[in-house]
Amino acid sequence: PSQVVPGADPSARQLCFAWGPAEVMVCETLFGRRGGSPSRGEAEPGRALLPGALTGCVAGSGEGEPSSSRLFVVRKDQDIYIQTWRKLFNEAHGIFVGLQRSEEELAGKSRKAQLVQVSKNYRSVIRACMEDMHQASISAQDPALQSQYSTQVSILSAMELIWNLCEILFVEAAAAGPLLLRLLDWVRLHVCDVDNMVREVLSSENPTKHELFWNVVNVFVLQGRMDEARHLLSKEASANPTSLNMYKILDDLMKKMPVHSLSNTQTLTEMELKWQHWHEECQRYLQDGTFASNPHMESICKILLGDEDAILQKKELMTTWYHFLVTRLLYSHPTVKPMELQFYAQSSLDLFLGGESSPEPLDAILMAAFEFEMHQVIKECSIALSNWWFVAHLTDLLDHCKLLQSHNLYFGSNMREFLLLEYASGLFSHHSLWQLGVDYFDHCPKYGRVYLELHTERIPLNTEQKALKVLRICEQRQMHEQVRSICKIMAMKALRNNRLGSALSWSIRAKDAAFATLISDRFLKDYCERGCFSDLDLIDNLGPSMLLSDRLTFLGKYREFHRLYGEKRFSEAAKLLLMLMTAHIAPCSFWMTLLMDALPLLEQKEVIFSAEQTYELMRCLEDLTAGKSDKQKLQDDDVKSTKVEMLRLALARNLARVIVKEGTLEGS
Amino acid sequence: SQKISKTRWRPLPAAALQPPDLFATGSWDNEDNRLAVWGVGDLGNVGLSGEYQGEPQLLCDIRHDGDVMDMQFLDEERIVVASSTGTVTIFRHHQNNQTLSVNQRWEKAHYHVNQDASCGGAACTGVICNNPEIVTVGEDGRINLFRADQKDPVRTIDNADSSTLHAVTFLRITEILTVNSIGQLKIWDLRQQRNEPSQIFSLTGDRVPLHCVDRHPNQQHIVATGGQDGMLSIWDIRQGTMPVSLLNAHEAEMWEVHFHPSNPDHLFTCSEDGSLWHWDTSTDISDKPSFLHQGGRSTTYFSHTTMNQSVVSAWLSNDPTKDRMEITNLIPNQTLSVNSLDVLGPCLVYGTDAEAIYVSRQLFA
Repeated sequence: PSQVVPGADPSARQLCFAWGPAEVMVCETLFGRRGGSPSRGEAEPGRALLPGALTGCVAGSGEGEPSSSRLFVVRKDQDIYIQTWRKLFNEAHGIFVGLQRSEEELAGKSRKAQLVQVSKNYRSVIRACMEDMHQASISAQDPALQSQYSTQVSILSAMELIWNLCEILFVEAAAAGPLLLRLLDWVRLHVCDVDNMVREVLSSENPTKHELFWNVVNVFVLQGRMDEARHLLSKEASANPTSLNMYKILDDLMKKMPVHSLSNTQTLTEMELKWQHWHEECQRYLQDGTFASNPHMESICKILLGDEDAILQKKELMTTWYHFLVTRLLYSHPTVKPMELQFYAQSSLDLFLGGESSPEPLDAILMAAFEFEMHQVIKECSIALSNWWFVAHLTDLLDHCKLLQSHNLYFGSNMREFLLLEYASGLFSHHSLWQLGVDYFDHCPKYGRVYLELHTERIPLNTEQKALKVLRICEQRQMHEQVRSICKIMAMKALRNNRLGSALSWSIRAKDAAFATLISDRFLKDYCERGCFSDLDLIDNLGPSMLLSDRLTFLGKYREFHRLYGEKRFSEAAKLLLMLMTAHIAPCSFWMTLLMDALPLLEQKEVIFSAEQTYELMRCLEDLTAGKSDKQKLQDDDVKSTKVEMLRLALARNLARVIVKEGTLEGS
Repeated sequence: SQKISKTRWRPLPAAALQPPDLFATGSWDNEDNRLAVWGVGDLGNVGLSGEYQGEPQLLCDIRHDGDVMDMQFLDEERIVVASSTGTVTIFRHHQNNQTLSVNQRWEKAHYHVNQDASCGGAACTGVICNNPEIVTVGEDGRINLFRADQKDPVRTIDNADSSTLHAVTFLRITEILTVNSIGQLKIWDLRQQRNEPSQIFSLTGDRVPLHCVDRHPNQQHIVATGGQDGMLSIWDIRQGTMPVSLLNAHEAEMWEVHFHPSNPDHLFTCSEDGSLWHWDTSTDISDKPSFLHQGGRSTTYFSHTTMNQSVVSAWLSNDPTKDRMEITNLIPNQTLSVNSLDVLGPCLVYGTDAEAIYVSRQLFA
């Protein structure tokens, strides 16, 4: 459906567009309109028109003087945002998923029954939504809101009407005979304008005296509700004993009318034969003037004979051309074959409108259905309806009926997938319904995954719980790139909030080594500043995830050193400390801190470092100081040189003690 | 209709015999989230088949700022709600005219301090109350203790956890239990002034985040937790630091776990994968007289003896999966996440991401 964007005026300014995944941005440029003919796409000059299925909805526009440029955000699929439709989307999602999972193994009849049931489920959901909307429109106080609701009700009822017809013609593919019965049901269900009249007459004290009495009888006859019509007529007959005979004959005719029933096994030829016989009987009574004294009854008899003029006279009682079509078929071609429908449909439409008014979009859609032009139906619906829900689900159902297979689009994959993608993209643009879209993308074999990847990256992650849900979606589908990006976003957020522990957990989950290194550095920096570790519960429980990055390993091991030291397991602590340096796990910048940590161990009463270990320590210290040029040395402040001096002294003393100790041990 | 994040039955007065008739729901992920109170009508609506016939009726609702992360009834008319904005609110449900109003609010009870030293709200993930005390935990790793009638928190433990705290429950009147996103279970003694847990339990190895926790209603040392991998863990907090049993359950995050409050042989779990499981360990003792609906003192002694034989061994036995436990999935063909459930008496209510609320009134039919 194309729609005008209110406020955008290409005759004054040139407009430019930017296309997003779910929204279109339209903005006014600085360039005025140069002379020349307006482009052909415009319906009316001076208005911006967006083609295709974009439904205009201005989400925001710049404020200020008229001269300033304005920005329009045009959303796709406006209907997604209607509150009462959410039930429809959710319920339909369940049916859709059920349909995709259903076994295709079921052969022939049972498969067809299953598909018809699915179609009925969809329809009942539409009906339920319609009911809700109707209630809402009744209870709404605001007249604008009220009219908005009633528009929605009419859209929904049109959708149900089309769906029902498609169900009869395509899904169930009713054969000649049952076809007409189905169409009758369809008309009875949807032509409900006359129901009020029927109710009024029937509930009046004396129905036969009611001025609309004959209208009601006619409605029943036109809809093929013979028993109800006969019931009413019998009342009238008992009120008029003089013309009792006439009533009896009509009643008899109506009773005898052969009807195809679903249960009996009569063949079409049998049926046709019987019908021919009955038709002739009616003809006889009409010609011998049995009903001449009562114009009402005469016209009913004419209707029974399928007289087009007589039926057309009751135009107001039928209200629609498709009612006329079905009535006409009922009384003149009861065994109509599906393929013949289109001729009758076209002529019925022409006769009914009589050139007075032109057909509306709904008429075109129904006509296309009668012509068995499935693609035309879908195309017309896409243009006429303001949502993708209907066409996407209908096309999917028809596809499961294996009716659309030959058709491929010159773009994208096929029509089913194209429509599902459009619908699901619309869902993803919604702040809450995005979860439903996932399953639709899953069932688009060609582009579904790419769409899902692009869309999941754009879901705003306000809470961890939401992030976890999105993460689960990505993990189930092995979308590693997206998993990484989500974890990174969450880690970054946590880091910005000074939640180092959380940040580390997220980066471990993403197996993001670089980020883990960054956070480990933050931990070490905090330690250097404060002299104690934060988030011990996390660091102490790193387990195998410690191996993710070198820096993280160092962090874990360094913390282990502190724990050993705290537990007074000095020799183990010393060993670990030395290992951190000699195995080059510790970053060079941290060596000085490590050596300073060794200081108290060197000064302990008992000797902890062996001679060999002391030599190693001394080499580490020399490596650290020798690596720097003289110039740097000069820049080093006094504190550092004091540290080095202290260390050298401690190392020398330790070496002396250990030599003595080891010497005596060996001696003894 | 909105995506449901929490469902809770209104508690019944101690002496009540009738099933619960009111529950509250909270929504998430909407521009305009709502807290709603629903009625499920009378027992008269229950058909012969035992299926609940009528639909729940919306009694009233009120706007809620941010996602409803957790909620709990404080008493019969007050509901404590935790928000993703970090705010904790007590709503009062006025029964006489069916309205909801704000009774007490703690703005930004949970918050982050940014690098530029500004404060932003942090999602409050869990709330538990034991009238008048309310304990909340959040993504900021903070534990708050409130009193329903006091404006300021009674106690705050900053940096109680380095990662996100996902849920909290009362162990005893003065002790609480928290679970976090690195698979740890911590016990906090609120009497102690030290801001450190009195005990830490953890899952081995993989540090699988835990999302929910519940305590056995009668035997306070038995605790059940549910994790990100859908695993159900049963812990005996008297011994060891590891779970007594790990039960493979759902295929995705387990969002809630609940012991049946008066029938603790039954456990209910729900999950992101769209399933809701009923764990029943009472099957092999069903021939014995039921001690679970005990009313008077005379049965107490009896219940004590059977408990040692059956219930304890039921949840804490080393091999509970073999023959003692009967597990049923209560939802066939569900696709979207079941975010919350609550059980009370014979009634179950659960809410899903498919924006649907289901009520079952005959759990033990």
